[in-house]
Amino acid sequence: MSLRTPLGKVLARGSAGEGAGHWWQQRVTAIALVPLTLWFVIGLLRRLPSKFEDMQVWLSQPWSAVLALLLVVTLAVHSKLGVQVVIEDYVHGKTAKTTLLLISTFAHVAAAVAAAFAVLRVALA
Amino acid sequence: MYTMALSFLHRSMGVALSVGFMVFAWWLMALAQGPQAYSDAVEVLRHGIFKLLLGGWALAFIYHFCNGIRHLVWDTGAGLEKHQARRSGAVVVIATLALFALFVWAVYFGPGVLGAAVVK
Repeated sequence: MSLRTPLGKVLARGSAGEGAGHWWQQRVTAIALVPLTLWFVIGLLRRLPSKFEDMQVWLSQPWSAVLALLLVVTLAVHSKLGVQVVIEDYVHGKTAKTTLLLISTFAHVAAAVAAAFAVLRVALA
Repeated sequence: MYTMALSFLHRSMGVALSVGFMVFAWWLMALAQGPQAYSDAVEVLRHGIFKLLLGGWALAFIYHFCNGIRHLVWDTGAGLEKHQARRSGAVVVIATLALFALFVWAVYFGPGVLGAAVVK
């Protein structure tokens, strides 16, 4: 016997009201981040002590810029979804939950736009 | 118990890394603003407490990365038996410590490019 209501089955949105979309997005971004973060960390370590000129030369190369752009956008999505799950699981009370989700969303969107803009600026300067 | 602690670590390190992402965006903005802003930012990052935070973020990243791969394997339906989960957890802990040691080595004694930014 299923505990799910007929309407719930038809809508297929689950308790979070979003269905499995976020769950998938979290996995897809995780898979993409494996090569992207490896590329960035190794690239950075090879260029220590991360002088301004070295960073600029590196990130102004077309492929580096593309990878860096992919990295910051993917990181932002993955990070936002992850924090959202933690807030939804551990914060109770509608006001606190909504407030924290709002703050997290604003911070992630702002950081993502800033990071993407910075990468483009460095690449196109 | 121990797999539960690893799971909790995955989430808490993830949240810590989200804060790290904000700092990363700030560092990129400094890079975009020019040499003066960049050296000011690096000056802040080199400061005692931040140096410690950077080390913490590195450790958090390595753990979250390794354990994230463990999660992706679970998503395929493999390795979900209790003894398998305990064993893969041990693998993650050992891999994290080994990679962190490699990271510290690369920063301080890396080939050619000594980690002057961190040591200074």
